[in-house]
Amino acid sequence: MKLGEFIAQKGYKDNPRRLVEDLIHMVFLLLGLVAVGSVLVITIYLVVSGLPAIFKIGPIEFLFGTRWASTASEPAFGILPFILTSIYGTAGAIIIGVPIGFFAAVFLAKMAPKKVREVMELCIGVLAGIPSVVYGLVGMTILVPGIRILFGVPDGATLFAAIIVLAVMILPSVINVSLSALEAVPREYEEASLALGATSTETYFRVTVPAAKSGIFTAIVLGIGRAIGEAMAIMMVAGNVANMPSLFKSVRFLTTAVASEMSYSSGLQRQALFSIALVLFLFIMIINAILNVLKTSGGEKK
Amino acid sequence: MKKILMIMLVAAFAMTAVFATGASEESATVSTDGSTSMEKVILSLAEQYMADNPGVNVTYNPTGSGTGITAALEGRCDIGLASRALKDNEVASGLAQTIVALDGIAIIVNADNPVSDLTIDQIYGLYTGEISNWSEVGGADAPVVPIGREAGSGTRDGFESITGTEDICKYSQELTSTGAVITAVSQNPGAIGYASLASNLDSVKTVTVEGVAPSEETVKSGEYKIQRPFVFATLAETPLSEAAQAFFDYCTSTDAASIIAGAGAVPVAE
Repeated sequence: MKLGEFIAQKGYKDNPRRLVEDLIHMVFLLLGLVAVGSVLVITIYLVVSGLPAIFKIGPIEFLFGTRWASTASEPAFGILPFILTSIYGTAGAIIIGVPIGFFAAVFLAKMAPKKVREVMELCIGVLAGIPSVVYGLVGMTILVPGIRILFGVPDGATLFAAIIVLAVMILPSVINVSLSALEAVPREYEEASLALGATSTETYFRVTVPAAKSGIFTAIVLGIGRAIGEAMAIMMVAGNVANMPSLFKSVRFLTTAVASEMSYSSGLQRQALFSIALVLFLFIMIINAILNVLKTSGGEKK
Repeated sequence: MKKILMIMLVAAFAMTAVFATGASEESATVSTDGSTSMEKVILSLAEQYMADNPGVNVTYNPTGSGTGITAALEGRCDIGLASRALKDNEVASGLAQTIVALDGIAIIVNADNPVSDLTIDQIYGLYTGEISNWSEVGGADAPVVPIGREAGSGTRDGFESITGTEDICKYSQELTSTGAVITAVSQNPGAIGYASLASNLDSVKTVTVEGVAPSEETVKSGEYKIQRPFVFATLAETPLSEAAQAFFDYCTSTDAASIIAGAGAVPVAE
């Protein structure tokens, strides 16, 4: 098609604003494609570079092997310790972080005086903005020696230290998402409950919280996503030894397994690190899928 | 609009073509292959050398000392890199070795630890878990917390190969940098760690090994035991290519000493 015909067909000559409009649409489309393209590139790259080592090592041996010794003379590439550590660590962070975050959200949404709420929200905002390396640094210099002294263990760089750091790190997202879920509950529900003679505490826990259920689940899943993907902070507090997880033992997560050995790795070791990344990626995908299901099921109710 | 797009695309292609051809010149390549522990040293040397001699390209293939030696023997690279002395059979098979640098590794403990001297056997015991309490080596009654580097680290490889603890160290922490090891040791009264001699060890206590304190002098003289040579392995009979010989000469000259020291090793050139 000739350019002239094209312009005539689109009617740009009579209506230059239409040209601008269309151009801007195209620019936005391109910018949108940057995100889509990145996801595609990362996914394809991870699959292509992660799969060979899994098959070379053997999927069962790789996923369920309990020994990781990547540079030993007889190398072993079992990542079960990392998978379990990631699961335990995340579960621990959720068990500690979610109740704290959830009750904080209930307090902020329903009970806090305006001034207190403002100050607390400001603090939560700051907490969310702290870079993970700072969490790691504080954990390393305060938490790790603290755990050693408090619990009388030889070394404080343990799974427990990582759980505490992760629990604090997921607080802001848990609080913020629960908070908006609680606030989205229609005032009438609560008023009806109060009118029937329920106390305000009864109302919050029997009426408001069940009504905000799906939002609170979303908060938990977001917390899981944040915790399982964190690397920097826990690399500084967890000790990074490929032990099977135990609360007061040095452990290595899926994320830290990739991060700690990447710089000097070569050959099968490097390929295996990509395979670990692929496993981690699958975990994150599953969490995202759960999140999407929760979001759509939450939306249907309205 | 399509026209404009086309013109821009053509212009972009033309620009890249111009820049791409601008860089290509007739160049000689020096290939090195081997020890991952020598990565820092060889890359710093190569960087400086390539800056001084445009047109020469020094490549480095991080494979491991054994592979590097084989590659040199089979002529697959100009210079094989080994972070250990060549074995007799390797020399017999026609390789020559030149020590370019020495790698000294300091053993560090917490500043409050009364232990100030350890033997290699004791270090072996402390790291393998055979000695689990400091009182067994004359220290306080405190559990031993062995701290090391991540798998693949040159310092770890060096430490383990010198002390004979390959694959049997029972680490309490595996950290990814020298700084992290030093920080961890400085915070835990029962910790023991190792770090390159070139690092800043002010916050911890450096123990003497079999009575010798680590320093550039004691490493050079061979008195300090926890050290290993960084070796260039070349074919004894076949001369190197002109470019490779020039690079080889540069690395073994005193000019390279400060670069080797900067990369954390002890230069041997006088």
